[in-house]
Amino acid sequence: MYNVIVVGGGHAGCEACLACARMGQKTLLVTGNIKNIADMPCNPSIGGPAKGIVVREIDALGGEMARNTDKASLQMKLLNTKKGPAVWALRAQADKITYPKEMLKTLSSQENLEIKESLVEDLIVENQKIQGVVLEDGTKIKAQAVILTTGTYLKASILVGSDKKSEGPHGERPSRFLSDRLKELGFTILRLKTGTPPRIEKSSIDYDKTTIEEGTKENLTFSYDSKTSLASSLQIPCFLTYTNEKTHQIIMDNLKKSSMYGGYVEGVGPRYCPSIEDKVVRFHDKERHQLFLEPESIYYDDIYIQGLSTSMPHDIQEQIVHSIKGLEHAKFIKYAYAIEYDAIDAKQLKPTLETKLVENLFTAGQINGTSGYEEAAGQGLIAGINASLRLQGKEPLILKRNEAYIGVLIDDLVTKGVKDPYRLLTSRAEYRLLLRNDNADLRLREYGYQVGLIDDERYQKLKEKQKQIEKCMEYLKEEKVTPSEKINLFLEKIGSTKLQTGLSLYELLKRPEVKISLLEEVVAIPFEKDVKEEVEIEIQYEGYIKKAKKEAEKMLSLENVKIWEDINYQEVGNIASEARQKLEEIRPLTLGQASRISGVNPSDIAVLSIYLKRKKYE
Amino acid sequence: MSDTICAVATKLGIGAISIIRISGDDAISKVNQIFQGKDLEQVESHTIHYGYIKKENEIIDEVLVSIMKAPKTFTREDVVEINCHGGILSTKKVLELLLQEGIRLASPGEFTKRAFLNGRIDLTQAESIMDLIESKNETARRLALSSLRGSTKKLVTDFREKLKQIIASIEVNIDYPEYHDIEEMTVENLSKYVKELEENLDKIIQNSKDKQLLKTGIKTVIIGRPNVGKSSILNALLEEEKAIVTDIAGTTRDVVEGEVTLSNLTLLMMDTAGIRKTDDVVEKMGVEKSLRLMNDAELVLAVLDGRCKLEEEDKELLNQLNPQKTILILNKQDEPQVLKKEDFPSFHVVKTTTKQENGLDELKQEIDKMFHQEQIDENDDAILFNARQVALAEQAKTILKEVANSISQGVELDMISLDLQEILNTLGMITGDTYQDEILDTLFANFCVGK
Repeated sequence: MYNVIVVGGGHAGCEACLACARMGQKTLLVTGNIKNIADMPCNPSIGGPAKGIVVREIDALGGEMARNTDKASLQMKLLNTKKGPAVWALRAQADKITYPKEMLKTLSSQENLEIKESLVEDLIVENQKIQGVVLEDGTKIKAQAVILTTGTYLKASILVGSDKKSEGPHGERPSRFLSDRLKELGFTILRLKTGTPPRIEKSSIDYDKTTIEEGTKENLTFSYDSKTSLASSLQIPCFLTYTNEKTHQIIMDNLKKSSMYGGYVEGVGPRYCPSIEDKVVRFHDKERHQLFLEPESIYYDDIYIQGLSTSMPHDIQEQIVHSIKGLEHAKFIKYAYAIEYDAIDAKQLKPTLETKLVENLFTAGQINGTSGYEEAAGQGLIAGINASLRLQGKEPLILKRNEAYIGVLIDDLVTKGVKDPYRLLTSRAEYRLLLRNDNADLRLREYGYQVGLIDDERYQKLKEKQKQIEKCMEYLKEEKVTPSEKINLFLEKIGSTKLQTGLSLYELLKRPEVKISLLEEVVAIPFEKDVKEEVEIEIQYEGYIKKAKKEAEKMLSLENVKIWEDINYQEVGNIASEARQKLEEIRPLTLGQASRISGVNPSDIAVLSIYLKRKKYE
Repeated sequence: MSDTICAVATKLGIGAISIIRISGDDAISKVNQIFQGKDLEQVESHTIHYGYIKKENEIIDEVLVSIMKAPKTFTREDVVEINCHGGILSTKKVLELLLQEGIRLASPGEFTKRAFLNGRIDLTQAESIMDLIESKNETARRLALSSLRGSTKKLVTDFREKLKQIIASIEVNIDYPEYHDIEEMTVENLSKYVKELEENLDKIIQNSKDKQLLKTGIKTVIIGRPNVGKSSILNALLEEEKAIVTDIAGTTRDVVEGEVTLSNLTLLMMDTAGIRKTDDVVEKMGVEKSLRLMNDAELVLAVLDGRCKLEEEDKELLNQLNPQKTILILNKQDEPQVLKKEDFPSFHVVKTTTKQENGLDELKQEIDKMFHQEQIDENDDAILFNARQVALAEQAKTILKEVANSISQGVELDMISLDLQEILNTLGMITGDTYQDEILDTLFANFCVGK
């Protein structure tokens, strides 16, 4: 008898089982192949716009992905540095051998956590409450809560051209019956598709014909707690090349041979991650498409061709690759493939990631229709936290849209559902100015501490940082500079206007061209780097941040109006019929959530709001 | 589930028939209860039936009943219309019967509101229905109809579409920072795009304001020395068009005292009492008040006596007038003239002889010309329709100005995008659209990105 069983050892599963075990729950992780725990079957990279911030948020809440990435990084890059602090994003090239190895180490040494190698093919449900799982050999294991993090393994099929095999990534066995069981329990099953590009041999690339893409030469880490970072000298570069007209001609000539255009695919593929044949068809007037050559590991020879995901047969794949500059003599190690899998409709979930149909059953990751390691890990962490809080009899943790990208992600999923695999983008976050790379700890560590995933030492560190930020702000407001020759020369040098009268450093920093790092040439600002960075952003973007906060407050005023679970929408007069149908389907928990359902208009929300108020007085 | 409402749809007591409209889930069954004739619950949709409205055994009226089933109706609910014989008494009696059946009397505009709520019309169309009903003149009617057909919605949607393209370009730069083949949003091209947007929006607002003026009426004052013929001009305008002279409260400061409806325009005559009683408006009101009046007015008719040389008072008056909105009237043309049209090169000038009503047509033509009514281009009828819509557009314009400023100061893309999205939202409020998913759709439709 366990408290929690986690089904699947991918990025969602790892975070889920670690969170549960660390929150004191006796936890079992069931996974098809222990060697594949925390496997990265696609990109060898973690982070990027929006996703990188999710990794920081996982760290702030006490999850593992950030720390594990720091142990495995081959290259670190800070993206979007010139586009505003809210969209700065860290991205690591992560070693595909080191990452899983380090994660397995962490899992194996985790108290309260056991790992079992098997496939789950059935669920034990009584009175719409989960009781445990049934393994492929018929063994029943009981648990109070179950978290499904099955990734792409539900009825997985691998497609290459007209060839279709029932298997998961790396030829692993898929789960054949679990999705049927979910269907029986009332879940809507979606068929989704994704794909991955070919891998080629490192030494077979003609690098002279490509452009080098290096990392950021700074000491960067994902985790707020990692003490050492990858040395610049150890960073491994990526390379850039392009498709050309010849490539496109080969693709067009053989279009019908691909799984997708040959009609062999049932699943819906991701819009943001089209296959090369999709790109060539949809954007036929584009002369070339970018391809990044990314190293997968220092322990083996594979180079991942980012941008060339395809479901063409092997011989056509070779023709395509060999038509590309620098890859004329490339040797294939693995061929590209498309993969189809079953997922559930996330609209059938609560914002806690518990299913509405079966009590104490949670789901996270690709089974909920998302894609991406980071999106999976974020959900896994929240599912683990909420399963544990549920068993502890405590209030759940629901992150709001103005608090975390993870909050945006889960709210989007459960409120809107997905049609194609969901990827987080900064454009999905309406308050992204508040959800920055720099302040994830300030936003979320408190929650991590409350649920018990952040220890005292790390919590004290946060408190100290908050204190220092306040002090630094005071310091900058009190410290004045006079229009001395030294100051004015400096200002002139950085292209700013000279001072006529004395000014506080705070006022001076309001000028967009004045940065703390520059200012330190002429005045001392004795605070830690992360503190100064935080304060600088708050000063320079004060107006925008205020505006975002005001908008968020507007949203919160709707968010604070709770809708009771058994509300009868038939009783609410004057709502458009489409809105009524959507409200009945999704059954939002708050007026705020209701307002984000597509098809529910402001006028419907006004009517609903009045109904809720009236009912309260009755 | 919506309750059933009813109201008399035609003006009570006038006309040969009057129509009672009923809308809602029980519309057909409830009317069937008091109808003698075919079983209305069995008939086809969109058919008309002859019969009687009965209260117990007493026949109230002989009627035609139209049955229109949802969703192809004005409200997208079941709708029944009863054509009664005109006359207050029988119509009222039928209405009372319906109320006794448990149908609720509709509040003003409720049918339109339901059409909006049920998604048959959008916000701009709902607003234009009210305007169509209240149209004062041909221009107002034409504009309302154009908006009802969706021209306002299209106007706003087209503009938002351009804005969305720019935002999507910024967003794709942010979310896919390493795609070098995508146009990079730089200070130069962003400034260019934003400037285009600004000009575009300016034009929309200006045209809307111009047209709205035509719709609501033009505040007009007549001004001039005593005994130049102001009151006779006013009377000629009023009598000719059989306008009703009443006290209509305008804005808090203004009192509209008469409406003159020309074919395309409505003139709201301000402070006519002064003219009519003493014929001495300048002297009576004092310089300050006459200045205020002239400033507020959208049209000033300044009357001069064509027979006499300009006096000090006339010169002072001419100095204070804004030639853009003034028509100088050289009156009393039936006697030898001293003043010539050429003496006033910056003004619109019309010669009249009010005694014989000569020159009135020229005056009207001149007014039409001044408000661009001499040639009507129906393509320009796409306008923002009311004060609410214009206010939102003005708000958007203000932010757009700030954006242009921010761009030149080197504010980062992220912030620029936030401001542009605020504009998109603001304009979306005109039509009731929201932006959230639109950007993503635009982004994925237009850019080739991904692994």
